[in-house]
Amino acid sequence: MAAKSNLTNMALSLTLVCLVCSALLGGIYALTAAPIEQAQQAKTNSSIARVLPAFDSVPELETIEVDGASYTYYRVPGSGYAVISKVVGFGGPLTLMVGIGEDGLVCNTVVLSHSETPGLGAKCQTDASFIDQFKGWDPAARRLAVTKDGGEVDAITASTITSRAYTAAVANAYNVYLKLSENE
Amino acid sequence: MSKFGLITKGLLKENPTFVLVLGLCPTLATTTSAMNGLEMGLATMFVLILSNIVISLIAPVVPDKVHIPVYIVVIATFVTLLQLLMQAYVPDVYETLGLFIPLIVVNCIVLGRAEAFASKNSVGDSALDGIGIGIGFTLSLTVIGIVREILGSGSIFGWKFIAGDGVLAFVMAPGAFLVLGYLMVLFNKLAKR
Repeated sequence: MAAKSNLTNMALSLTLVCLVCSALLGGIYALTAAPIEQAQQAKTNSSIARVLPAFDSVPELETIEVDGASYTYYRVPGSGYAVISKVVGFGGPLTLMVGIGEDGLVCNTVVLSHSETPGLGAKCQTDASFIDQFKGWDPAARRLAVTKDGGEVDAITASTITSRAYTAAVANAYNVYLKLSENE
Repeated sequence: MSKFGLITKGLLKENPTFVLVLGLCPTLATTTSAMNGLEMGLATMFVLILSNIVISLIAPVVPDKVHIPVYIVVIATFVTLLQLLMQAYVPDVYETLGLFIPLIVVNCIVLGRAEAFASKNSVGDSALDGIGIGIGFTLSLTVIGIVREILGSGSIFGWKFIAGDGVLAFVMAPGAFLVLGYLMVLFNKLAKR
């Protein structure tokens, strides 16, 4: 079966295999780069559409520094800001997109990525009674903290840490909004 | 071995999960639901078939001492290719399986079949072997996924038949070991007959 090894044929076969493989991958990468970009863009756009009131302008990607942390957000003229807010949850990073309307009210929130416990903390993605309480929340009037910490947010049963992180992410996003509206 | 035998041996006699007990990392980690198990199985099968074909083609000319690095490069190429294609055309699936797609490179089923079968057999037989083992792996993962989803979430392929939650432990790692263990017992008991 396999050929006898010597330095020349070993070097040659490895070089050849690597060349062919990298050429193939380079080609596929070039072919898929555009669709991947589109898929990510579509996902971002659908998230923005979910967290903000209907708009017909083009969201602009910008970044801002608030309290030493850097935030990425989308400025949507005529609608508000969609802030990407990353905090530490129970199982790892929890990333939300928080939509804050031009009136300063939280419009809606959506989980972009999480590593919370399935069936417990992961419910922060699906539990409507938890997610919907943030809709129309006025952080200036009502404190963003779970009831255990003296706030008004009802935590997901048995997932206080996740709920706390989620709430903190919304509060951070609101701070970004404050800074942004201050600048204008 | 008959051509038909090449395909069916992956299901029973050489079932990668329940008999050979290979590739446990994705088996335990991705089978939280029937759909996830199925998708992971299919992704592995894709790599398995292609790498078997290519390796059986190049095996006669690859020098013995470097055959493992060469096989790994071939496998890694197909995995990366799969990763790019999934990212482009099925981003949701890619997100669920995430880390476990790149980890197919080190899945011992793939390298195991390359070593034990593809490097010594014809292209056609190697392709059939890839299909057979791939189907066996996919079915095993789907079955584990179905059991865990029924017990853990009270649903099957996303269709919920009880309100509320199931036994959460089955969605988490301990449940994976439990289900795998019991299914293995059951499988080997039934297969012995």
